Amino acid sequence: MPHTLPELPYGYDALEPHIDALTMEIHHSRHHQTYVNNLNAALEGTGLEEVPVDELIANLDRVPEAKRQAIINNGGGHSNHSKFWQMMSPTGGGKPQGKVADAIDSELGGFEAFQEAFTKAALGRFGSGWAWLSVTPEKKLVVENTLNQDSPLMHGNTPVLGLDVWEHAYYLKYQNKRPDYVQAFYNVINWDDVERRYQDAVS
Amino acid sequence: MAFELPALPYEKNALEPHISAETLDYHYGKHHQAYVTKLNELVDGTPNADKSLEEIIKSSSGGLFNQAAQVWNHTFYWHCLSPNGGGEPSGALADAINAKFGSFDKFKETFNAQAVGNFGSGWTWLIKTDDGGVDIVNTSNADTPIAHGQTPLLTIDVWEHAYYIDYRNARPKYLENVWNLINWDFVAQNFS
Repeated sequence: MPHTLPELPYGYDALEPHIDALTMEIHHSRHHQTYVNNLNAALEGTGLEEVPVDELIANLDRVPEAKRQAIINNGGGHSNHSKFWQMMSPTGGGKPQGKVADAIDSELGGFEAFQEAFTKAALGRFGSGWAWLSVTPEKKLVVENTLNQDSPLMHGNTPVLGLDVWEHAYYLKYQNKRPDYVQAFYNVINWDDVERRYQDAVS
Repeated sequence: MAFELPALPYEKNALEPHISAETLDYHYGKHHQAYVTKLNELVDGTPNADKSLEEIIKSSSGGLFNQAAQVWNHTFYWHCLSPNGGGEPSGALADAINAKFGSFDKFKETFNAQAVGNFGSGWTWLIKTDDGGVDIVNTSNADTPIAHGQTPLLTIDVWEHAYYIDYRNARPKYLENVWNLINWDFVAQNFS
């Protein structure tokens, strides 16, 4: 069964005014769809067509070298975007609660220090990429960023929150003002989803 | 002496309908300007303040390289475009393109395929090779042929900000249309 575009868990306009409906529609139905299509094309004939995408990109040594970059780009694109949609919610924002909140306090110096580090990671990624809150193999939280569609899974970390900072994620509404987009993102973070991912990652 | 944003060699609406005035407002007025501003912040009070842009590009890395190279790349890109552009090259440049790619159409096809395949943010270039021929290369983010001792002849910006207002995700459509704007006189001058 080839990879398919997951449905958005809310309407295209649900994240307004922070992320506009047109951006969501193009981002999901064209950009994400293209990653899915190109991933399926790259996997054809490799025998890896059935491997779940996160497993695929966490084990790139199983991928034939000639296909590896295409699978990093498009498998990463599919994996990252699938998570990104779930990591946001129209009822999101505010502060985390539960175990991830405790870990942010004890490991990252509190919510404000986390926000500062995450914003810096998002603004400091020159070109296209992602900012992440991830769990390391030692079960520690870390703020990091990746280039293009590279995923933290590729170096052994588990992403629990991600922010797309490709220009396509914000250009129609924010143009060159990436800082305004990053600030707006905090209003739509689905902390319940982050908590679920965090508990999975540390269990 | 601080670096300055060079004047655009045409009006902001001059490249319509292929590239809109709104795109140039942001691309030249905000993005290119921001690279100049940040470059000045980084060199101010350092020995780099007395260097040329090219010297900084050839001797730096990280944030300083990114700002300096993006200032240079954008200035070069504006000159590769013209409201009177388009058509095909002639003379020695056309001969070199034909020798490498077989025909102008084949060259465009190859160039577009590389530009579409330049994943993420970057630039696609026609460069002059050491043997006097031409070749197509991709660079990522701010990277530029002059940092590698190569001679750029033509570039097309494939950062999303170059086409997102006008073409959204349709990079191939932007590439198809931008050939109507190529200033072949400028490219030929770089070649000779």
